[in-house]
Order: sequence, then C-alpha cells, then structure tokens
Amino acid sequence: MNDAPAASSVNYLNANYGIRSWLLTTDHKRIGLLYLAVITFMFLIGGSAAVLMRLHLVEPQGALVEPDTYNKLFSTHGIVMVFFFLVPSIPATLGNFLIPIMIGARDVAFPRLNLMSWYIFVAGCTLGMIAILSGGVDTGWTFYPPYSSLYAHTPVVTMAMGIFVAGFSSILTGLNFVVTIHKMRAPGMTWFRLPLFIWALYATSLIFILGTPVIAVTVLLLGLERLFHVGIFDPAVGGDPLLFQHLFWFYSHPAVYIMILPSMGVISELITAFSRKKVFGYSMIAFSSLAIAIISFIVWGHHMFVTGQSVYAGLVFSVLSFMVAIPSAIKVFNWTATLYKGSISYQAPMLYALGFIGLFTMGGLTGLFLASLATDVHLNGTYFVVAHFHYIMVGGALMGYLGGIHFWWPKITGRMYPDLWARLAAAIVFVGFNLTFFPQFVLGYLGMPRRYAVYPAEFQVLNVMSSAGASVLAVGYVIPLVYLIWSMRYGPEAGRNPWGAKGLEWTTPSPPPTENFETPPIVTEDAYEYPVAAESTYPNAPGVARV
Amino acid sequence: MSELAAHGAHAHPPGFAHQFEDMAQQKEAGTLGMWAFLVTEILFFGGMFTAYIIYRSLHLPGFITGSHLLVVKFGAINTAVLICSSLTMALAIRSAQTGKGRGTIIFWLILTMILGATFLGLKFAFEWSKDYAEHIVPGAYFGFQYHPSWGANAPYVQMFMCFYFFMTGLHALHMVVGLGILAVLVGMTAANKFSSQYYTPLEISGLYWHFVDIVWIFLFPLLYLIGGRY
Repeated sequence: MNDAPAASSVNYLNANYGIRSWLLTTDHKRIGLLYLAVITFMFLIGGSAAVLMRLHLVEPQGALVEPDTYNKLFSTHGIVMVFFFLVPSIPATLGNFLIPIMIGARDVAFPRLNLMSWYIFVAGCTLGMIAILSGGVDTGWTFYPPYSSLYAHTPVVTMAMGIFVAGFSSILTGLNFVVTIHKMRAPGMTWFRLPLFIWALYATSLIFILGTPVIAVTVLLLGLERLFHVGIFDPAVGGDPLLFQHLFWFYSHPAVYIMILPSMGVISELITAFSRKKVFGYSMIAFSSLAIAIISFIVWGHHMFVTGQSVYAGLVFSVLSFMVAIPSAIKVFNWTATLYKGSISYQAPMLYALGFIGLFTMGGLTGLFLASLATDVHLNGTYFVVAHFHYIMVGGALMGYLGGIHFWWPKITGRMYPDLWARLAAAIVFVGFNLTFFPQFVLGYLGMPRRYAVYPAEFQVLNVMSSAGASVLAVGYVIPLVYLIWSMRYGPEAGRNPWGAKGLEWTTPSPPPTENFETPPIVTEDAYEYPVAAESTYPNAPGVARV
Repeated sequence: MSELAAHGAHAHPPGFAHQFEDMAQQKEAGTLGMWAFLVTEILFFGGMFTAYIIYRSLHLPGFITGSHLLVVKFGAINTAVLICSSLTMALAIRSAQTGKGRGTIIFWLILTMILGATFLGLKFAFEWSKDYAEHIVPGAYFGFQYHPSWGANAPYVQMFMCFYFFMTGLHALHMVVGLGILAVLVGMTAANKFSSQYYTPLEISGLYWHFVDIVWIFLFPLLYLIGGRY
C-alpha cells in the first residue's frame, strides 16, 4: 500500500492535544483508550490482591496476613476483577474502538452518552476504591446476606454503590452498542457480513441490557436493608436470603458470558486472520453467540444446588446448564475446523488465541462437572470451582482480551510492538496460568474449600505450586505492559494492515482518522474473504513472510 | 450559524448529529435507543416486582394487613392525575407533529409538568406524611406497639411497607427525572428547536413519560387494590 506514513497524517490521536481534548472527547476511539487506562489500573489493584493471597497461602497457617485481611483480599480481588475489570474489559475498550470502524460508521449512535458511560464507570471505580481504601469489604464478591446486610463490619454499602453505579455504565454502553449495530451499518454491511466480533458484542450487549438492571436493583435493596435495618433478605424479619442469591445470580451468571462472549468474538477474528482462511461455519458461530446469551439467563440456579433450592429446580437448572455447552462447543469445533488446512502463522495474537481454545475447553468441560447435581455436591465451594471459573475468566476472557489488544494495537496506536517479546509473554502467561490453576483442580477434588486463610499441611505442595505459577503469571502480565507502552513511542510504524487481515478496520490508516474513514466505505463482500489482495506493510506479517 | 457555515453546501437541519447519515437514521436510532432503555427499566423494576410477588404469596395475611394501611383514595386520584398527564404529553407531541406553534407545545408540556407535580405533591404531602405520622414507615420507629392486633404478622406488615416505599419511592424518583426532562423540553421548544420535521426528543421523552405512568398502573392495583378489600 502506498499510504502516507501514519505519523504525518491527521488521525484521532493527533487531531487535537491536551487533557481537555481527551476528557471531553466524544470520539469512540479515544473513549476506548480512556477505558483502557482505567481498567488497566483496576487490573493492577485486583492483581495485587491476588498476588498477596497466593503469597499468604504458601504456608498452611498462612504466611503473610491476618485471616480478616485475607477475607478482604479475596473480596477485593473478586469484586475488582469482575465488576471493574472483566465486565468492561473487551466491550468498553476494543468494543468501543472497533464497533463503529468494523461496521463502517463514523461513531457510535450516541457519542455523548458514550462519554457519560465512561464518567459513570469512573465514579463507580472511585466508590470501589474508597471502599477498598477505607478498609475493604470481607463479604466475597457475592455479597450474600444476612452476613453482608447485618454482620459485616466493613464498608459494604460504599462497595455496593460502586457496583450499582458501574452497572449503569454497562447498561448505557450495551444500549449504545445495540443501537449502533442496528442502525449505523455502512451501505452493504448486512447482518451476515458483520464480523463475528460484532455478533459476539451484540450478544454481550443484550446481556448488559437485560441482566445489569437486575443486579443494580438487587444491590440497591441490599444497601437499603443495611442502611435502614429494614429489609427483605433478613430472615429475622421473614426475609429470604435465597431471594438475594436468585436475583444476584440472575445477573451474575449471565455476567460470566459478558466476560467470555467478547473474548470468543476476538478469537473468531484471530483464528481466521492467522489461518488465512474464511471462518468455518460463520452463521453457526454468529447464532451460537446469541444462543449463549439467551441460555445464560436460565441457568443461574446451578450456583445454588446446595443452598436449599428445590431439588426439582436443581434438576432443571442442571439440564439447562448442560445446554450452554452446546453453543460453546460449536464455537470451539468451528475454530478448529477453521484451522484445518489453513496457512497458520504463530504471531503473538495467534498464540493467545490458541491458548484460549485449550484453556477455554478445559474450563468448559470442568464446568460440566459442576453442572451435574451429584458431583457438584462434592465440589461446591472448593478450589475446583475456583480453578474452573479462572480457566474461563482468565484462561478464556483474559487471554482473549490480551490477544485482541495485541492484534489491534497497531491499529490503535499505529505502532508495532516487539514480536519476540510478545510471543515470549504469551508463552509465559500460558505456562504461568496452568501452573497456577491446574493444581487448584486437584486441591478442590481433594476437598480444600475456597476462601479459607489456612489449610491442612498435606495441601502445601499443591498450594506452593499454585503460588509459584501466580508469580510466573504476574511476570507474563508485566512484560506486555512494558513493551506496549514502549512501542507507543519507539515501535516501528505499522501501516494500514500489518497482519494482512480482512475487515474494514484494516482498510483505514493506522491510527484511523477522527471520522474513521477517508471515504465512507461501501461493503461488497462477506466477512473473511481471504486471501487479502493488498500487501502487508509490516515485515514479519505472515502475508509478507511467505512471499 | 457557524456550524452551518462549516458544513458549507451540506446545510443540515437543526438538531442533526454528525455521526448520522440523515435525519431518518438519527430518528430511528434515538427511538430504538429509548425503547432499549425502557427494556432495562422494566428489568430494573422487574427485580422488585418479582420479590414482591414471591413474598406476597409467602406471607399473604401480613401483606393484606399492610395493604389496608394505604388510602385507596390517594392512589386513585393519583392514578387519574397520571393518566391525564399521559394524555397531555401525547397532545404535546401531536402538536409538534402537526406543526402547531411552539406556544401550543409549551402549553401541553407545562400542563404535563403540573400534573406530574400534583402527583408528587399528593404523595409527599398527604400520603407519605400520613404514613410517617402513623408510624408505618419501616425502620426503628415502626409502630409495632400501636397495632397489637397484627400479632405474628407484624414483621410481614413491615415488609409490605418496605416494598411499598421502595417501589413507590423509585417510581417517584423516575417522576422527578421526568419533570427535569420536561423542563428541558420546554426550554428546547422555546428556543424553536422543534418542527413538524424534527421532534424526536419530544417523542422519545414521551415514551419515557408513558413508561413511568405504566409502572404506576401496575403499582396501584398491586399495592392498594388486591388486598381483598373490595
């Protein structure tokens, strides 16, 4: 391509300067970067709590902190990672940045609302940070009453309000995305030409819209009960703590899919781009995203098999939970079929994608153990559960997030990062992750309960393995932080399409101009019609390497 | 004016936002956005309705006693007031649609605001103050001692009152937001922002206003009427 060097042309980054131009921007690309900054900070907070926990668990009697502090650490880790990092991670950063570009629009449907969502999110994070700095809560991320509403002597209300406020950011972002995808597509961009990332985020947005209001009203009720000592969850006045759990999981189980669906969307993009091949079973992958979103709303009871919920309800929830495995497996099989006879190259984003497939498959299959009534009675509340959902949320969601960041980083910044370091980091993350969480499957199977600050001495070897893995994992996360920041200034220029990938976002300069395209695009072909006619501009790109 | 000049030959109609291709697209997006927002509102209230229905079926006698503490007269008057406000809101939109002058639109909008304020006034000044005086506001001062006849049902009477205050309180909050929106609309109308070609803000604010009314239409029978009184 003979496009002008990115640095000399006007793009969204250099169109104007100064802190004001960022804090008052309505450009979806800048708002995506604003989110990126905040969630990276929150990730460091949540990650620090995890590191402290793992250090503490090196010794059976606990090596580092008081048991009360340990309770606050796991609560902080869970709350921050779920509500302030994973839920907004891909949708708010990559989604904000990419949705309008991928569908050929100038911006999202409601740019000012988009900026407002960010401020609301920051307000939520601030409340969360105030709660952490004023001692931190010790209720776990689940806030089960009556402990949270009556007995906990920690700033539960502040934290609950943080989640309440941040929830509205999710709702408004989801609303914005739904309207954008419905109404803002470029001429020729039909529903079945949309990139699969868009389908995934559309499904995610539906969950945002339908699920988040319920958690909002639930934590509101919890806060009112705690503040005014009136209430509906307190058994002392005839309330039912189980109702809280039902309402909580009605959102929080779909929230798992808020975290994993966008990652699946990223993986669909990565697998097809680095296989140089049209994705296998486009419509099945697209519809499986919607199916996951729909089914996710009718499986929440599998979190409550041993809580006194009716056994018949448990049976039904068990069967329904197994159904989620079907669309998830459809995706995995289709990705694998896409790889088949593709001309695969192992750039850093692809390493994350392949890691995702393996780890997500393990996480998904162990989920079936937990969806079975009988085995769940044994495994419920053990480290098996912890390992399972970390395989989904870290091995799945976070790997997808990192893969996506690495894939679109040259588009976002116009610069390449050092490929060798990136591959190394991806490998370290994969190894560190498995070392951390695989032993926890064994621990859980052997009966070690989660959320305890101490454990019997015979579990020490596995716990030390897990803690060692956490250190490796931490290194794997710090390396990208360093070279990605480095690359913003010193990285080689990426050009329009460093990967030789398909998609509207690769037809516009890197970084894109403020209104995304030099001329409004008209779409004339399906997604992923490989090979790409245009040459790549980055020397290590697979398209070039093969010439 | 400067914005028009900047766009040169492409003089856009007033209220046009740059990210859209044309006014039709903008209107569709705004309308869909408001409907999607109302869906989230239904889910938001839905959590409370679910909890109410479950507890009502579990603790029926206490809930009936609680329902009898409410004054149907106030609820009925407020229902009528709200339905009228929906009518005036619809008439405001209709006036914009048929190209009536801004005076007409503002008249209907102000009337809607007056009716909305009447609703809130009745709630605050008559109903809630009465509840407060009778010690049937849940909390430390809930008047268990004044009503020995409640017996074992007393906690559930308090629970009913919790739901009553949470749900009508949340509804009142939405009314207050609605009044704010109406005030903005009055300002926009006065500034001549609307015409028979462009009145999307009026229309989607109307959707919101009607939604808040409909919530009340559900709350009124659920809280006041189905207590076995009639």
